[in-house]
Amino acid sequence: MLTPLFSSKLLIVLLFGTLFGLILGVLPGLGPTTGGALILPFTMTLDPLSAIVLLTSIYCAGTYGGAITAVLINTPGTPAAAATCLDGYPLAQKGEAGRALGMATVSSTVGGIFSVIILVFFAPLLAKLAYEFGQPEYFALAIFGLTMLSSIGEGSPIKNLIAGAFGILISTIGKDFMTSIDRFTYGINELSVGIGFIPVVVGLFAISEMLTQSTLLDQVFKRVALKAVKLPTKDDYKKTWKTILRSSGIGSFIGVLPAEGGTVASLIGYSEAKRFSKNPEEFGKGSIEGIAGAEAANNAATGGAMVPTLALGIPGSATTAVILTGLIIHGVRPGPDLFREQPDFLYGIFGAMLIANVLFFIFGFFGAKIFARITLVPNKILWPMIFAVSVCGTYSLSQSIIDVWIMLFFGVLGFFMRRFGFSVVPVIIGLILGELVEGTLRQSLVIFDGNWLMFLTRPIALTFFILSLIALAFPLLRSKKQNK
Amino acid sequence: MNNVRNKKRANKSLSFFFKDEFQVSFIIIFISIILLISTFSFDIVPPILNRGIQPATFPKALLILIISLTLIIYCLSIKNPWKIGKKLPKTFFLTLLSFLIFVIISKTLDFFLAISVLSIFVSYNWGERRIFYLLLVSIIFPILVFIFFETILGLRFPPGIITNLYYY
Repeated sequence: MLTPLFSSKLLIVLLFGTLFGLILGVLPGLGPTTGGALILPFTMTLDPLSAIVLLTSIYCAGTYGGAITAVLINTPGTPAAAATCLDGYPLAQKGEAGRALGMATVSSTVGGIFSVIILVFFAPLLAKLAYEFGQPEYFALAIFGLTMLSSIGEGSPIKNLIAGAFGILISTIGKDFMTSIDRFTYGINELSVGIGFIPVVVGLFAISEMLTQSTLLDQVFKRVALKAVKLPTKDDYKKTWKTILRSSGIGSFIGVLPAEGGTVASLIGYSEAKRFSKNPEEFGKGSIEGIAGAEAANNAATGGAMVPTLALGIPGSATTAVILTGLIIHGVRPGPDLFREQPDFLYGIFGAMLIANVLFFIFGFFGAKIFARITLVPNKILWPMIFAVSVCGTYSLSQSIIDVWIMLFFGVLGFFMRRFGFSVVPVIIGLILGELVEGTLRQSLVIFDGNWLMFLTRPIALTFFILSLIALAFPLLRSKKQNK
Repeated sequence: MNNVRNKKRANKSLSFFFKDEFQVSFIIIFISIILLISTFSFDIVPPILNRGIQPATFPKALLILIISLTLIIYCLSIKNPWKIGKKLPKTFFLTLLSFLIFVIISKTLDFFLAISVLSIFVSYNWGERRIFYLLLVSIIFPILVFIFFETILGLRFPPGIITNLYYY
């Protein structure tokens, strides 16, 4: 599995990706999704394997990096680290920041490696199963992925569905891919090729975050001092090994579900850790199990999310949507054929994720103190620089100034979406799944001679439709239960 | 988050059209209706070439879905008002203004000049007063970014009064 990685170039890419991912994860507001989107243009100078290795290492390390700021300044570097704040910061306040970060580092590494093992075994199985899929099955699967947006954790389920539908709507802009008829172009030639993924992602994540930061200038972080990261003690391991394993399983499973990701995984991992704990009253006051539960789960979601991305071309999270775009840009078509035709490429990715998990353990263990200092860079210097890179990066992909306007438009839109409780992640997932949903629907209707009911005669498609209904009903049932 | 008012807003006394929930829902529905109307002007594929459904059908269905879901969230918000962040500060509007300045300058004068102007404008308005750091974000860093993209990615930036000095 690691053989394709035994080249100095790939190892340098891995090292750089892990370091860059950690920095992105540490900086609140940035993260692997924004970072991946920003670095995508630079990957054009790399071969496909190096490019995807770079993106996946950013993904793994960025997810972990969020824990450092969660523990030390009570602000999650990434949304996936939000649950880590609940116990990480209180433990750090008790003078045990090193212990808290040690547990976060170990559980993240275990969760990450566990999920890579799941990826290695399950992705080929899912790919084999995908050979049974025709257009109707892919349509039903994409619908399932979209309905899962209703339970992604951020925002209300209905708002998430609106955002998802909006993402699909964006994908319809431009020439219709089946008939070449212009849709929503309004005579603007540049729009006839459609709206690119990168301007939308950079706008929704980086530029909208810049606007958010402009409203938080008076915010003061209460930083906890860190002497050194400490490995967990025997007692800590005894207390947490079951939690780490359970959360690794939960995280991998949640990651595999289309459109879900580390944020949901960490919240469920945390709540399950509390449910199974012998000391649930310690949660929220600096419980070591709470940190382990959240961190193992969010890192386990990374490998899990790569399963549908590689096997089916359906992103498991916002960051894997960026990785999926990277694959497509580099001429790699994810899906079952990829497993048959390019096994070396895939094993390269699997190996890179495995090594990235080990690398961020080393960097996290020895360098957390340095990474934490990155948060000292003032926003008034950092964000104008990020803006410059965002603008140039967005322009570079198709050398079109219109893309820069689109990025700014989505930046402003993303800010207001977040302000009014609409998550921006469903827009990304909707945008990337849009063509698949419409294409497979229209091709299915050709196969079925326009008879919609024929979808119900396909067992796999029917199963996905039933799962979609469950996915839609689940948040409603959950909120009813919470109200009770 | 500290900046978010966790308690539900006490604006129940306001008339419904002054409430954020109504305004947001109205804007979404209004734009969706305009887009929906525009789908009726899409070309129609002759039946012999038509595969499955007309190109306008899918966007129409999406827009109707968005309108329906927006109506639902509005109705739900009457009982449970949304949690909205604090009033937007001046720095937000100045940052927004800087985007507008960026668009105007990059369109009329120069792409990199626009980046420099935005950087110094944002950095200054966000509280930076040290000359070195203002120069760093507005001149040194954009030049480094330019050189990086130009040499490593072989990118050609749009012509402008400053960019032309490099190219010609």
